[in-house]
Amino acid sequence: MSVLIYVELDNGSIKKTSLEAVAYGAKIAEKTGDKVAVLALGKADISELEKAGNYGAGKVLHAADDKLDQENSLAYADVLTQAAHQENSKIIILSKSGLGDAVAARAAAKLKAGIVSGVTGLPEINGSFKVPRGIFTGKAFATTEIKSDIKVLVVKKNAIEMDESSVRTVNADVETFSSVLRDSDFKATIVEVEKAASELSLTEASIIVSGGRGMKGPENWQPLLDLAKALGAATGCSKPVSDLDWRPHHEHIGQTGIKVAPDLYIACGISGAIQHLAGVNGSKCIVVINKDPEAPFFKAADYGIVGDLFEVLPKLTEAVKNLK
Amino acid sequence: MKILVCITNVPDTTAKISFTDNDTKLNKNGIPYIIGPYDDYALSRGVELKEQSGGTLTVLHVGEADADPQIRKALAIGADDAIRVNADPLDSYYTAAQIAHIAEQNKYDLILMGRESIDYNSGVVHGLVGEMLGIASYSPVMKLDIDGGTATISREIDGGKEILKAPLPLVLGCQEPIAEWKIPNMRGIMTARTKPLTVVEPVSLEEMTTPEKYSLPAPKGTCKMIPANEAETLIRLLQTEAKIL
Repeated sequence: MSVLIYVELDNGSIKKTSLEAVAYGAKIAEKTGDKVAVLALGKADISELEKAGNYGAGKVLHAADDKLDQENSLAYADVLTQAAHQENSKIIILSKSGLGDAVAARAAAKLKAGIVSGVTGLPEINGSFKVPRGIFTGKAFATTEIKSDIKVLVVKKNAIEMDESSVRTVNADVETFSSVLRDSDFKATIVEVEKAASELSLTEASIIVSGGRGMKGPENWQPLLDLAKALGAATGCSKPVSDLDWRPHHEHIGQTGIKVAPDLYIACGISGAIQHLAGVNGSKCIVVINKDPEAPFFKAADYGIVGDLFEVLPKLTEAVKNLK
Repeated sequence: MKILVCITNVPDTTAKISFTDNDTKLNKNGIPYIIGPYDDYALSRGVELKEQSGGTLTVLHVGEADADPQIRKALAIGADDAIRVNADPLDSYYTAAQIAHIAEQNKYDLILMGRESIDYNSGVVHGLVGEMLGIASYSPVMKLDIDGGTATISREIDGGKEILKAPLPLVLGCQEPIAEWKIPNMRGIMTARTKPLTVVEPVSLEEMTTPEKYSLPAPKGTCKMIPANEAETLIRLLQTEAKIL
């Protein structure tokens, strides 16, 4: 039996959040005595797939059919189900993302498996199987018991502590996985894919610098972008900012936008409405810069600066540059 | 075109969440309930598509009678009729199975719902329903047009967007800016009172998961304030104290 982890690829390498899912699966396997198998789909760099071994995987099943190069949750779920059968997997793990949820849902329905999405920590396995999860967009947690024989877990970022010591240097064996693809999964035609190739993805970024209405206009974004660049950070924004078209919609962080969980979140001129906080409350450390000392965001912050953004931001950028 | 829109009945986004009965139940006392914000987008686009194509729109909710005001609101916004599956849903799988059961009997061309509910945030019901019905599902859909039997969908993918064309029937999880939220007008509210709301009993299902206990996040420690004229201190603290940089 194997704990099976589906990993997402980015340019042939396993995404960081997926590697976390591998480490998460390996921790469970330690308890259950299972092996750890990983499934990767589409074009991949084999030496990158081997790195799953560093996080505890014994082998990587690689389904390399070029029909799988293009994101397709229907076909991915099909292949994941086939891999689960081959590996006799009772525990299947994916990392939380739009794709992860879609693949997990369809695979769970095929396998008649109980599914919990938004898992925030390791399960308690003691005759029963109980997992912690985030609910109400981070405003609360629940412990859920999964009773079905096969279990599908969709794991949020930071569900386990990842430190350098937990990373080994062992290559996983990469095996070709021959999947059976169904025509019915390929009825859609992809007309266009727009990817901001140079930008860091918000869900993967370990530092995010985010701007709100306090930035006063799209033309004022440069100091924020400079700080983000110096920190190697991704940039985000509040809902009013994307509604006003100051920044693109895919940067919108919050309850109805993207939920992020970076190590460091720097909020510039964002007052901290409850809907925005819901999107960032998974962050490890929050810095708030606002000219209004009464901004509610300070209550959720670890560090705060009351001051003029256009004076503070360049100072911070300078200080970051001096670090290096 | 036959459209089904599935809605959730959830605490308002600004509601303060707390628990009762030894942290085993949500404290519903004084909490205003709303149609899930994402479902509201799905409903609005559904109504627009219905008006364009001259089809029908049924709204479906899996839940108890306290959701009826929200169902009536959906009827006031433009749904023709409503079905409520009378159950306290256990989890996503259970909810999806009830939706799939209703859909099997009625053969909808389009099943719309929000990308996720804002109580459990799972975002898996559309995928489960799609698979249970053996049809395609996509999420999060930000733009949707129907031309004959084909949908043109613009959806968000990691770090960008994708436009695809897919044949109906489809199950779609929706989010803004697919449509503007609609506010019911007086005529809508009046006619909603007499539109049919059918209550059906759930199909029985094996229990997959059970929520056991709830908790609130630990309160945040105090925020360390740094004077604006010493802003560079922050970077040092992030390095030495928070150990992030």
